[in-house]
Amino acid sequence: MYAYIAKRTLAVIPVMLVVALVVFLLLHLTPGDPAAVIAGDYARPEDIVRIRKQLGLDEPLYIQFSTWLWSVLRGDLGVSIFSNMPVSKLIGQRLEPTLALSVSTILFSVLIAVPMGVWAAWRSGTWVDRSIMVFAVLGFSVPVFVIGYVLIYVFSLKFGWFPVQGYKAIGDGFLPFLRSIALPTIALGVVYVALIARISRASMLEVLNEDYIRTARAKGQVERKVMMRHALKNAAVPIITIIGIGIALLIGGVVVTESVFNIPGLGRLTIDAVLRRDYPIIQGVILVFSAAYVIVNLLIDISYSFLDPRIRY
Amino acid sequence: MTLATDTIELPRRDSRRVRIRKYCRRHPTVPFGLGVLGVMIIISILGPYFTVDPLALSPFKRLKPPSGEFLFGTDMYGREVFARTLAGGRISLAVGISVALVSTVVGLAIGIVSGYVRALDAVVMRVMDGLMAIPGVLLAIALISLTSASISNVIIAITIPEVPRVVRLVRAVVLSIREQPYIQAAVSVGMPLPRILWKHVLPNTLAPLIVQATYICASAVIVEAILSFLGAGTPPEIPSWGNIMAEGRTYFQITPWIILFPGLFLAITVLAVNVLGDGLRDSLDPRIARRMR
Amino acid sequence: MTTISRRLRSAAVALAVAVPMLASAGVGDALAEKVLRIVPHADLKNLDPIWTTAYITRNHGYMVYDTLFASDENLDVHPQMVDTFKVSGDGKTYTFTLRDGLKWHDGAMVKAEDCVASIKRWGKRDGMGQKLMDFTAEMKVVDDKTFQIILNEPYGLVIESLGKISSNVPFMMPKRLADLDAFKAVPEVVGSGPFIFKKDEWVPGSKVVYVKNNDYKPRSEPASAASGGKVVKVDRVEWLYIPDPATAMNALVNGEVDLWETPAPDMLPLLKANADIKAAVIDPLGTQGWLRMNHLHPPFNNPKARQAVLWAVNQEEYLQAIIGDPTLYKACAAYFICGTPNETQIGTEALKAVNLDKAKQLLKEAGYKGEKIILMQPTDIPVLNGASLVTAQMLRSIGMDVEVQAMDWSTLTSRRAEKKAPADGGWNVFHTYSTGADVQSPVANIGISGGGVEKAWFGWPTDDVTEKLRDDYAREADPAEKKAIVEKLQTRLFDHLVPYVNYGQWFQPVVWRSNLSGVLVSPVPFFWNIDIK
Repeated sequence: MYAYIAKRTLAVIPVMLVVALVVFLLLHLTPGDPAAVIAGDYARPEDIVRIRKQLGLDEPLYIQFSTWLWSVLRGDLGVSIFSNMPVSKLIGQRLEPTLALSVSTILFSVLIAVPMGVWAAWRSGTWVDRSIMVFAVLGFSVPVFVIGYVLIYVFSLKFGWFPVQGYKAIGDGFLPFLRSIALPTIALGVVYVALIARISRASMLEVLNEDYIRTARAKGQVERKVMMRHALKNAAVPIITIIGIGIALLIGGVVVTESVFNIPGLGRLTIDAVLRRDYPIIQGVILVFSAAYVIVNLLIDISYSFLDPRIRY
Repeated sequence: MTLATDTIELPRRDSRRVRIRKYCRRHPTVPFGLGVLGVMIIISILGPYFTVDPLALSPFKRLKPPSGEFLFGTDMYGREVFARTLAGGRISLAVGISVALVSTVVGLAIGIVSGYVRALDAVVMRVMDGLMAIPGVLLAIALISLTSASISNVIIAITIPEVPRVVRLVRAVVLSIREQPYIQAAVSVGMPLPRILWKHVLPNTLAPLIVQATYICASAVIVEAILSFLGAGTPPEIPSWGNIMAEGRTYFQITPWIILFPGLFLAITVLAVNVLGDGLRDSLDPRIARRMR
Repeated sequence: MTTISRRLRSAAVALAVAVPMLASAGVGDALAEKVLRIVPHADLKNLDPIWTTAYITRNHGYMVYDTLFASDENLDVHPQMVDTFKVSGDGKTYTFTLRDGLKWHDGAMVKAEDCVASIKRWGKRDGMGQKLMDFTAEMKVVDDKTFQIILNEPYGLVIESLGKISSNVPFMMPKRLADLDAFKAVPEVVGSGPFIFKKDEWVPGSKVVYVKNNDYKPRSEPASAASGGKVVKVDRVEWLYIPDPATAMNALVNGEVDLWETPAPDMLPLLKANADIKAAVIDPLGTQGWLRMNHLHPPFNNPKARQAVLWAVNQEEYLQAIIGDPTLYKACAAYFICGTPNETQIGTEALKAVNLDKAKQLLKEAGYKGEKIILMQPTDIPVLNGASLVTAQMLRSIGMDVEVQAMDWSTLTSRRAEKKAPADGGWNVFHTYSTGADVQSPVANIGISGGGVEKAWFGWPTDDVTEKLRDDYAREADPAEKKAIVEKLQTRLFDHLVPYVNYGQWFQPVVWRSNLSGVLVSPVPFFWNIDIK
């Protein structure tokens, strides 16, 4: 098993290298001169030349890439063009809200979606199943910002239960924190709930057709025990896989949700950076998000070998 | 498949029409999805010939609620939301369909090559893994911000993150097919590779690809709306559903019709495409279908 | 129904209990310190108000820095950091004495040498500053609290320049910072103003924090715009940047913020209906819209093509599109804006009338042959976005081939500096606006400068006659003579130069929660004098 874990972990390296290369090329192969942007409105041509030199933009690409990669490995993501602050510091400042929102969304979605999927599978073909599936397709079909605005309108403005915008750090008290991320979590969670519910239902249905379930039922085991102990446990792998893959979806949603609810997280940082062409920030944020995605999926892969002893590579 | 056709009487094959009817009864979501999508496409293509210019400003008629004169009301510059919603359908559907087509074609090509040419496989798949590790919306935002906003750039930016998924799907199918006895037989009788690909591999990948393409189309329409909402999508003077909603979001409490109608059209369309995809998937071998998600 | 559904039901019950509990929390915890939370009009990106003209940085400047002179709400200038000043009999030597108790945020005393260095740095960047420097022979430090400006010849605008209310404001900085390159932003924020900038709490793109400067000694006069005593009545000011107007409005309605600088005009009816919210126009001069053409390239290098645009522009149409509420705008053709001493209607016929045939005719005479017109549209600034759309439609209606290029404002600001031909990455038209305080005088108004490629603002109008008239105005002291020069100048602007087309004047209201008091009338929002009940 350890050999498998080691092998899986090593496989991350080429993936991250490709990510780094893509992120690097993104900025260097697209039109537009970063030096001119950094120099700003009043730049004189000699300023631009100086900045190009300073940033090493006059060197061949492969040298630029290796210098850049080396500094990234040491944790240096460069300096923001506009605020002149280190990108790693800017990212650090905004990590908490994004992390909190992502974790709460995953928890919320799993807690809602897995029971939904199980229920739908168990009552397969009934109106319960149908309505859960209709919800699941609907959840995929409405953009997250529309859901966000509807939630704000109903729960913040009409009922006044939740704040309209902003984020309260956990350090400022747990209840204000929960209140501030409740609506964003729900808005962001809808797609995720839909996704996980579909997969849970599908994999449960498949497991329920297996012989050992029939055997268990024939032996007269309690239905609850059959569902929980046999079926759900065996359906867990695809469900966990989809949670991992769905992180990519989640990150896209975080960016939107943070702008709807004005949460000062990494998503807002990304959008601001994109609107201002603050290249070092764009690079840094994409790298961080991708690394998070890769690591979460690595952990998930590793967790299989604990969940399902049959999986050995 | 029955082999001894001359000795056993075959059950009479249903006529094409009956088969279609049977299929539709078993998978009612397919005709439903197709029907709604078809209506949307027709409205979007023909609609703009019957409405006023969706770009024509008339500031003196701004923010009028829906009425007999302005079916869906007017926006903050006095443009008619009805005309814009129909025109927006053209753009959103064009983006969705183009992304679906381009990403399947490109993915198919890369996937087949990668599945067949061992030497390339490792490299191609690492690149695909890397691309998949970058969250799609972020990659698209970055691509658009770095180039200029145009419809073709939006299509490219949404396509790139979708390609790896198609590649993986195609490659998996190719890998499983190439070990099949009939393919090995074809190879041994000297059938040229392009012909094998064309005759045997392509048809096998087609069904799961069509399903995948519908899902890509649905997600592309949503992603376009998200990108436009974030200000990194289709150029704002071109009305797409995403753009209309992005411009109208400021006004969602005062003049909800500006985002209500395009939002409704978008949700219905995406719903129809998703439902269509589900139906197609269910009517295929569920095991192949599952590999795609 | 068995266990699972029962579990679901109990989960639903738990949620139903939890929601109101969550809802009631966090309301009662009153803060010991008074915090004023405002939604600024933009995100603060640069911290150096001498280096950039951005209004958000100017507003930041007023928080942390102080000025030698300051304008009151009628734009009359009074001493602020200066205690007394004297002008010599020949009008060439100005002697300034600083008032007591002025201290930098790092603890050092404010000295005369700091002020001289600051004026020099500002004189390299600001238009009025450059003009003042042209007339200045020398600046002399007499002692720690006294310095002199010695002129080559008498100049009427010395005090007006130093008390200039809008960008670039001559803010005072310590000498060690003011001596640095004027073309690079200063690395530190050290002022002597009423608030202290908290750099460690600054979250670019989201939040700027200032705390009260307890060492600040306000003047004894009552506050009036930038002049008088800057008495801070709160402990802390937070600028929370909320780019989405709908979110900002909801945050204000919900009491999550106290003041919103630039509410969207269409939202005002909703806000005004709310008893907890007050709305008022605090800048009586308002804002002037500029349609800027590139004077370096065809077709707008020809005065007749620019005149054509004058005949085609309908100010009402622009104002309807971008503002909507007629009580908040005014069709005003005057270059130096309506409601100022320099307002005049001379020469405005072409702008006031709409005559598309005449416009087409002029365009033909200008030799327009269907070249593509590049119009830059900033999509993140609603007013300019709308104005760009109106202009595109207007130019098309007189037969021009317009290509609208959408971009965000920061891209536009770098692109507009491009002098190349439109086809090679340059541009033909863009829109901006300027506060009334910045356009009301021929010297302060950078838009009318005819200094050409070297000196004029982006778009580079070139006209020596205009420049001479602006110099004459600067030298002239007599109000009647000044007015005569303004009339000559405006005639020249309409009949020949057309440096920009004024697409209207509007009045941006500010909204705040009614428990605030003491919001000052001014073209610049100030946050001293405001108290929270």
